Amino acid sequence: MWRYVLRRLLQAIPVFIGTTLLIYLLVFALPGDPIQALAGDKPVPENVLNTLRDRYNLNDPVLVQYAKYMFGLFQGDLGENYTGQKVSEMLSGRWVVTAQLALTAWTFELVVGIALGAWAGLRRGRLADTLVLGGTTLLIAVPVFVLGYTAQIVFGLNWKIFPSAGTDQGWPVSYLLPGMVLGSLGLSYVARLTRTSLAENLRADYVRTARAKGLGRTRVVGRHALRNSLIPVVTYLGVDFGSLMGGAIVTEGIFNLPGVGQQVFQSIQLKEGPVVVGAVTLLVLIFLLVNLIVDLLYGWLDPRIRYE
Amino acid sequence: MELTKEPDAVPPPRDAPEDGHLLEVDDLHVEFRVRGRDVQAVNGLSYTLAEGETVAILGESGSGKSVAAQAVMGILDTPPARVTQGSVRLRGEELLGLPERRRRAFRGDRISMIFQDALSALNPVFTVGDQITEMYRVHRGLRRKPARDKAVELMERVRIPSARQRLGDYPHQFSGGMRQRIMIAMALALEPDVLIADEPTTALDVTVQAQIMRLLAELQDELRMGLVLITHDLGVVAGVADRIVVMYAGSVAEQAPARELYARPAHPYTAGLLASVPRLDQRGGPLVPIKGAPPDPAALPPGCPFRPRCPRAEAVCAAERPPLVTVGPGHAAACHFAEEVHGAC
Repeated sequence: MWRYVLRRLLQAIPVFIGTTLLIYLLVFALPGDPIQALAGDKPVPENVLNTLRDRYNLNDPVLVQYAKYMFGLFQGDLGENYTGQKVSEMLSGRWVVTAQLALTAWTFELVVGIALGAWAGLRRGRLADTLVLGGTTLLIAVPVFVLGYTAQIVFGLNWKIFPSAGTDQGWPVSYLLPGMVLGSLGLSYVARLTRTSLAENLRADYVRTARAKGLGRTRVVGRHALRNSLIPVVTYLGVDFGSLMGGAIVTEGIFNLPGVGQQVFQSIQLKEGPVVVGAVTLLVLIFLLVNLIVDLLYGWLDPRIRYE
Repeated sequence: MELTKEPDAVPPPRDAPEDGHLLEVDDLHVEFRVRGRDVQAVNGLSYTLAEGETVAILGESGSGKSVAAQAVMGILDTPPARVTQGSVRLRGEELLGLPERRRRAFRGDRISMIFQDALSALNPVFTVGDQITEMYRVHRGLRRKPARDKAVELMERVRIPSARQRLGDYPHQFSGGMRQRIMIAMALALEPDVLIADEPTTALDVTVQAQIMRLLAELQDELRMGLVLITHDLGVVAGVADRIVVMYAGSVAEQAPARELYARPAHPYTAGLLASVPRLDQRGGPLVPIKGAPPDPAALPPGCPFRPRCPRAEAVCAAERPPLVTVGPGHAAACHFAEEVHGAC
């Protein structure tokens, strides 16, 4: 298994270089001069412009810029933005917010999604099933900003069940509503995957064997059928955790959470290349790591998978 | 998910009043509801089983033999299946109609079942040790350690080499024959009175088939267990069965002591089956297949279900469903011409 982990980590290197290069090129291709952008409409003296460009390697060809950036990165240096702030400092507080939000959303997906899916799967074709299928279809169909603002107005402002915005009350209270909004899409997929998978596995031969052994229904379903049914669900949950960590720009915006998503959004507008690349780079690392963990978890869920 | 360590319910007493039979299945009817229509899968199956006896239930796919076995076990999916009529008694105690909790206490404990394909019948994500010890833990409330010791003992008994080391292996790590041994070990863990074996050797190589059948016979002798052997394979039945029940389209075509059935079948279907199997004592003789295919249980022909394929069919066969006619001691056939067929052989 350690050989497998090592090989996966080695495989991650080209993926990592490829994605960061892509992001770097994309940010480089953004129209406008980032140094000029600092000054707004005012003209910048030629010598100042050149000094700053030299300092941020902006006069080099793009691949050289990238190489210099990567060189810094491997020494743990994420670089700085064009006003001299360290990128690592800009992001450090924000990762905590994003991680708390992602974790809240993910837990919500996992617990409620699997519960709803199991409920529907056990009652396939009956009312519970129809409700879950209909409800999840609705959640998938509604765009997240509609859901976010609606939830904020109804639960936050009108009913005052949850704080409507900000992080004043800390984790978990401030993160519950945004977490549910952010997790609603994933929850729908988790519920549907669980439902279909469980309904299928309930007809499997080994479930019949479990009943022939005289086991109670809870044990037959909860231990024998569910464990097998969760294999595809775990894959989805793993991949989704990666995207939750990075993709909360809209939700963070609506609920005014100072997370990475918000920072990336602002930095794109300000053409702060180093910040965008830095944030996305860390994101790619997290994504690769989570994927590896999920693949390892597979071996525990399904012993037929061997790491060779 | 770890549930209670207590036994599920009090196991039923072993020495219920004897009336000579271990298992009595009487006039069993099972219906399936398929797309709003009721389909008769089992249509009046009766047989009895004594201690140490082997009854073979012989039939083609779709003849209702597996459904009947699952109805006896009480593991049919209801709905769509439904036992509409009949009775199943184990040592005189009626099983049908028992509340699920009571019924469950019999399953795996007093009456056990093994299945055709052990690879799919064993849970792929649990070790064989887990799956065997589960019997002791759920039914007997044993703790992990003693349950594992018992499992090792059991695996040795079904002759799995280096049993203790293999306790932690998963089903896919065993060969087909070894997997079926695991299945057998699991089913016999609590020394049941009755074992139902549903095509236990169909998925196996011929050499392994013989080993498994021999093992089953030995264990049956040791445990004085009644064995219901469900199969479509006349070859498997020949050496081991005391009595044979031939099923066709959900009902009994013929039942007889094994030798008698082979020597003097009284139903044209049985005669047809025997003629379609190669035999060493009739080398070079032509094999005669039965024409046609078994009927769709949703659309049984009126009268005798075998009539469309029967070489002897006459007008009466289309009009009247033949009752089981006794043609000899313990020998009955559901044919209007049972006596003649019986006499002709």
